[in-house]
Amino acid sequence: MSKPVRIAVVGLGKMGLSHFSLVHAHPDTETLACDASGFMVDVLSKNTPATFHKDYDRMLAEEALDAVVIATPSRAHAPMVRAALEKGIHVFCEKPFCLDWQDAVALADLAEQKGLINQVGYHYRHVGAFQEMKRIIDSGALGRITHVMAEAYGPVVLRPKRQSWRTTKSEGGGCLYDYAAHPLNLLNWFFGVPAQVTGSVLTSIFSEGTDDEVMSTLRFENGPTAQLSVNWSDESHRKMSTKISMIGTNGRIFADRQECQLYLRAPSEALPQYSKGWNVKYTTELTQESWFYLRGEEYSNQIDDFISAVRDAKTRATENDFRSAAATDQSIAMILENSDTGIPVGEAPRVSPVATPQKRSWFGRAGA
Amino acid sequence: MDKLLFGDNQFFGINHMSEEKARAQAMRFQDTSAIMDVLDIAYDAGIRSFMCTTHDRIAEIAQIVRDNPDRYADFQFYPCMPYAHKYANAVTDHGMIGAVQHFMPEGGLLKTALKGGAALATKDVDGIAKILIDAEMKMFAGLKTPVIFMQNVFTDLLLGMGFTGALKVFHDHILETYDAEPAFITMNMPMLVEALEAEGITNPIVCSNINKIGFRMCGGLEAYTDMMASGRVRAIAMSVYASGAIPPAEAIEWVSGLPGLKSIVFGASSRGNIIGTRDLVAQHMGGLQHA
Repeated sequence: MSKPVRIAVVGLGKMGLSHFSLVHAHPDTETLACDASGFMVDVLSKNTPATFHKDYDRMLAEEALDAVVIATPSRAHAPMVRAALEKGIHVFCEKPFCLDWQDAVALADLAEQKGLINQVGYHYRHVGAFQEMKRIIDSGALGRITHVMAEAYGPVVLRPKRQSWRTTKSEGGGCLYDYAAHPLNLLNWFFGVPAQVTGSVLTSIFSEGTDDEVMSTLRFENGPTAQLSVNWSDESHRKMSTKISMIGTNGRIFADRQECQLYLRAPSEALPQYSKGWNVKYTTELTQESWFYLRGEEYSNQIDDFISAVRDAKTRATENDFRSAAATDQSIAMILENSDTGIPVGEAPRVSPVATPQKRSWFGRAGA
Repeated sequence: MDKLLFGDNQFFGINHMSEEKARAQAMRFQDTSAIMDVLDIAYDAGIRSFMCTTHDRIAEIAQIVRDNPDRYADFQFYPCMPYAHKYANAVTDHGMIGAVQHFMPEGGLLKTALKGGAALATKDVDGIAKILIDAEMKMFAGLKTPVIFMQNVFTDLLLGMGFTGALKVFHDHILETYDAEPAFITMNMPMLVEALEAEGITNPIVCSNINKIGFRMCGGLEAYTDMMASGRVRAIAMSVYASGAIPPAEAIEWVSGLPGLKSIVFGASSRGNIIGTRDLVAQHMGGLQHA
C-alpha cells in the first residue's frame, strides 16, 4: 500500500466535525485538524489520536501536508485555499466556494496551473438520484427541456435567533449562500451558467442580517427556464430537502435524495432500460455504497473521491472542481445583482424552435 | 432481548424510499393516539418491545404506558439516544459551547466551568456525557428499559473520529446506573465491533442494516456475515426489507438463517404488515422470544 495521505481538516464546526470523522475513518489517511476555538481542540486532542493545531498558518508552516479540507466560515475560504495551493497542497473546500466569484476563478486557475486536486463540497452531485437525473438529461431522452423547478426547503431559521456567521450575509451566511447554492449548483451541472437572471427576490423572514427565502428566474442557453424556489424557514420539513423537476418535449423528470421518477412520452434508444410512461428508481438501487457511513453516502463518497485522487496522483477530482464551483459563485452573484437592482442580469438566451420533422408548412418554411 | 422489536421511524416521517410517503405518514401519525393504535396492534400480536428515539412525542407514549400498567404489563421500551436534532438545533442556536451549557443543570460545577471557558479534561467529558444520558432517560422513569442504544449518527461520528472512549463511557454508565444492556446502532458494524473490543467491550449488542442486497452495509455484506459468524457480536438486523426492495418472505428467511442474529427490528403501520412480519419471524426464528 502507498503511504497514507496526510490530510488536515480545518474548522471543526458542524460540517468540519463530520469531515474530520470521515477523513479519520478512511483507511488511507493520517489525520490532523485545526480549529481556532480552544474548546474543540481541547476536547478532541485529549480524546482522539489525531494531531491538532489552533493556528492555520503555523500548521501550514510546520506540517508536511498532502491535503487540506477547509470547513471554516465561507468568508475565510479564499485566503485559506490560496495559502494551501501556494504551498502545493491539494484542497477540498466546503461550499459556497468564494463570496467573490472572481476569486473562485483565480483559485481554479492557480490549482490547475499547479496540477493540484481541487474540489468543493457540493454533495448533491454525489446523490444517486441526481446522478441518474444528469445521465437522463445528457442522454437527450427528454427531448428539449423547457421548464425547470429547482427547490430546497428546510427548518434552519424558524424564529429570530442569535447571530452567527451562518446568518450574516457578509460572512457568506443566509439562505442563498447556504441553501439555494445546492439546487443552483445542480442547475449549473445540468445546464451551465444562466444566460440571464430575472425576477430575483431575496426576503428576510426572521433573520436580521440576511435572507431566509430566495425566488429567482434563471434562463439558460438553448431552452430551459428554471424557477429557483428556496426557503430555510419551513418547519414542515424534518431536514433539508432538495428537489428538481423538469419538463421536456418528450416527458417529465423528478428527483430528490430518495428517488428519480421519469415519465417518457415515447421510449428512447438512449435509455433502453426505461419504458414509455412512468419509471421510478429508488435510492436502494441508485446508491453507490461507501466505505464508511455517517450521514449519507454522498458525504462519504465525495471525501473518498478526493482522498483517492490525491493518493493515486490523479490529475483532477471526479466531480465538483473549483471551476464548476466558480460557476455557482457566478450564478449567485447574478442573483444578488438582479435582486439589488431589479434589472435583468445577462442577455436573454437564444432559443431555437422545436424542430418539426417531415411535415413542413408554408409558415415553417418561411421561418426556417 | 426479544427476537422481534418494533421500530418507530414510520411514526416520525422517516422513510428511506420516498418523501411523499414520509409526509403522508407524518400526517397520519400527527396525533399520539394514532401511534398508540398501531402500537396496540403490535403489542396484542405479541410484539412487546418498542425500540424508539428519545423524541418528545415518545414521552407522551411513555406516559400512556405508565398510566395503564395493567394494559401494558409486558411493554418494554428500548430507548435510542440522543435525539440528534435536538442537539443539532441547540448548536445552531447557541454555538458549540453554548449548546453543552444549555443542557447542564443550573449551578452545577460543569456549567460554571464551561462559562469560565476552562479547558475540559477527559473526566469532565465523562461527567457531561452522564448528565446528558440521564436527561434523555428521564421520560422512561418507572418503565422497563432492558436495552438502551446509542443512535447511529452519534455512534458513527465518535467511531469515525476515533473518540471511542465515549462509547465506553456510555456503555459503563448504562450498565451501572440503569441495570440495562448497553447497545449501539451503527451503519459500520464490523468496524464498530473492532473498536468496541479495543475499548474492552466484548460481545456487544449492535443494531445495523442487515439485508440480502447489502444496502447500507459499510464494509460489505461479507464482512458483516463473517463478523456475525465469529460470535463476537449479538446482532440486531434493521432495514431487513431494504426499504421495500426485498419481498418480506425472502428477506426474513435469508436474515434469520445468519449465525449470530439475535433480533430483527422492523417498522410498519398496517395490521397486515405487522402480522405478516410477526408470522414470518415466528416461522423462521422459532417464536418471538428467546427461551
